[in-house]
Amino acid sequence: MNGANALIQSLVDQGVNMVFGIPGGVMIPIYDAMYGRKDLKNMLMRHEQGAAHAAEGYSRATGKVGVCFATSGPGATNLVTGLANAHMDSIPMLAVTAQVRTTALGKDSFQEADITGITMPVTKHNYLVKDVNDLPRVVAEALYIARTGRPGPVLIDIPMDVSLAEIDYQPIKDVNIRGYSPRVDIDESKIDEAARVIDESERPVIYVGGGVVTSGASEELTRLSEKTHILVANTLLGKGAIDENHPHSLGMLGMHGTAYANHAVHECDLLIAIGARFDDRVTGKLAAFARKAKVIHIDIDPAEIDKTVSVDVAVMGDCREVLAKLVDKVKARKETDWNKQIMQWKSEYALQCPADGDVVLPQCVIAKLSEFTKGEAIVVTDVGQNQMFSALFYKAVKPRRWLSSGGLGTMGYGFPASIGAQVGCPDMPVFVICGDGGFQMTLQELAPAVEHKLPIKIVLLNNGYLGMVRQWQELFWNKRYSGVDISVQPDFKMLAEAYGAVGLRVTKASEIGAAFEKAMEVNDRPTLIEFRTSPEENVFPMIPAGQSIEEMMVNRPRSEG
Amino acid sequence: MRRPMQHTITVLVENKPGVLARVSGLFARRGFNIESLAVSITDDPTVSRMTIVVTGDDSTLDQINKQTWKLIDVINVVDYSEIPIVERELALIKVSANTDDRAAIMQIVDIFRAKIIDISESSFTIEVTGGIDKVDAIEELLRPYGIMEVVRTGKIAMARGSHTAMA
Repeated sequence: MNGANALIQSLVDQGVNMVFGIPGGVMIPIYDAMYGRKDLKNMLMRHEQGAAHAAEGYSRATGKVGVCFATSGPGATNLVTGLANAHMDSIPMLAVTAQVRTTALGKDSFQEADITGITMPVTKHNYLVKDVNDLPRVVAEALYIARTGRPGPVLIDIPMDVSLAEIDYQPIKDVNIRGYSPRVDIDESKIDEAARVIDESERPVIYVGGGVVTSGASEELTRLSEKTHILVANTLLGKGAIDENHPHSLGMLGMHGTAYANHAVHECDLLIAIGARFDDRVTGKLAAFARKAKVIHIDIDPAEIDKTVSVDVAVMGDCREVLAKLVDKVKARKETDWNKQIMQWKSEYALQCPADGDVVLPQCVIAKLSEFTKGEAIVVTDVGQNQMFSALFYKAVKPRRWLSSGGLGTMGYGFPASIGAQVGCPDMPVFVICGDGGFQMTLQELAPAVEHKLPIKIVLLNNGYLGMVRQWQELFWNKRYSGVDISVQPDFKMLAEAYGAVGLRVTKASEIGAAFEKAMEVNDRPTLIEFRTSPEENVFPMIPAGQSIEEMMVNRPRSEG
Repeated sequence: MRRPMQHTITVLVENKPGVLARVSGLFARRGFNIESLAVSITDDPTVSRMTIVVTGDDSTLDQINKQTWKLIDVINVVDYSEIPIVERELALIKVSANTDDRAAIMQIVDIFRAKIIDISESSFTIEVTGGIDKVDAIEELLRPYGIMEVVRTGKIAMARGSHTAMA
């Protein structure tokens, strides 16, 4: 067979049955190799960025490696945002790009881009395959690297003549990479030390990130919290690691975290960080972050230890394995005054869903959605105010049911990611929450969503602004609203209908619930619900960038009216 | 301790195209300062060896080691900060040498156990091998005569005794 067929066969042999992609000149051999195949389907996206985000959404929802395809040059460069996004959030993903012939490489040939060079900083690893005989091994290695250790995206670049070259295909059984050993043997003495520090602490708090979701450690985490009565704050990517309706959940911490989570972290004497990386959106001003606390850090990536916050006890290893051991070692403890203190903050600063007559407030849309789904849905968000409202008011109850772009903060991520999630989990309701800004960055993917009859519910919070930037301008830049008014826009209901999707519009708060019910009745195409929200609603609480909890605005500052 | 100081690390990497770019790109984007970098193949033709001199405080060095380790093509990273090592650098120095100065320059060359490897009517080309300090010192001493060109290989290093960098 030729290299293209060997690529496809390798993917199938490694368990891949779905790719998201777009062909192009030098990609034709690879698409030809998929022609008529039943065991590997291509979902034809309309922009490569959409393909990358769809692959990511598939990975996040299923835990398997999502795969995207793009042609050389612009096709490949269009994947970069998705790769960077997956890299920042440690999402396993495989990108396969076609490349100009090896003889044309380095000659500024038509549609040539040095994609391995370009993506070096935003992939876990990448390959340029110059010998067809390397292809099966490279595919096996790439998938192995993507999903093991701290996961991440891997890219394989395949020149056209390699796709066309003949190979005697043999499936690859074992992968052995000299410079890569993702398996971390847990140092038991560190577990003992962590348990001792926990037992000795008086005001401990757990802080969990995406690593808990990745490693499937939710059960162990919940057991640890229940045995010790230590409450749990989560990052944006850690949502669903513990059921946010659990009395031990403090919700999200950080810049737009709950006031009680931030107070708990600020006053704790022990911070137990699990699968999290002390992102600046979590810590704010480093010198003031958890300033009274010893820190235990459990993570699979040694480079995260002491990167920004210096750690007292580091336990290297897979979060689930570490927690399984730790939960047996720690002493059971009862609720203490510290628990009472936190519960008092929790009631004092309880999140309030504001009300303003029949005006549609974004917080209420999300709170209603949370009530409506009871967490029995996959919720994908875009980036900006819509995302932070969702993080605050949507209760994620299980891991892999909350998909959001964390580290990179990629507007336009949400909708294509929801396509990947729905493809990966066809029986789950999938809701994607977007603003009018982000949705317009990747809305072209309505076409494949309609084509494949995906019953995604698009919750479009339309305020006519790039809302998060406007919020910053309002609060910190004297309301100089420069470059944020996007009120000239399409009729989103008609736009959805033009694509063959269902379009709904909600202009009154009393109509929110009915719209969700209507959307649930549609099961053969996407439904877009446009919520005309009050245009200048802000996300609170908020700790301004680089500051500490002392500067936290729990509600809109009074002087701002 | 937060004082910038020089550290020598040795990185064994797969001898493949693009690996140097992976390492140097990592250093550049994470803001690690490279003072010198020497790369060549080892006795195992599939392995290349980089000797990198970096400046930074202890926490920077810690990040350099850990982040470099994460590169898939990196086989081993050895931090020579705490280990006794032998280290050498080779330099070629072209210095202007008129008849009046020749004897004095040759004396410096002698004292430093350097070699004159090329000569013209108006110049010497001097080869010197040694630690960084020694190369710096001879360069300084030759400067008054008029240095025309200098090329230095960057430091290479090995642990003393029977330890090797191979994992």
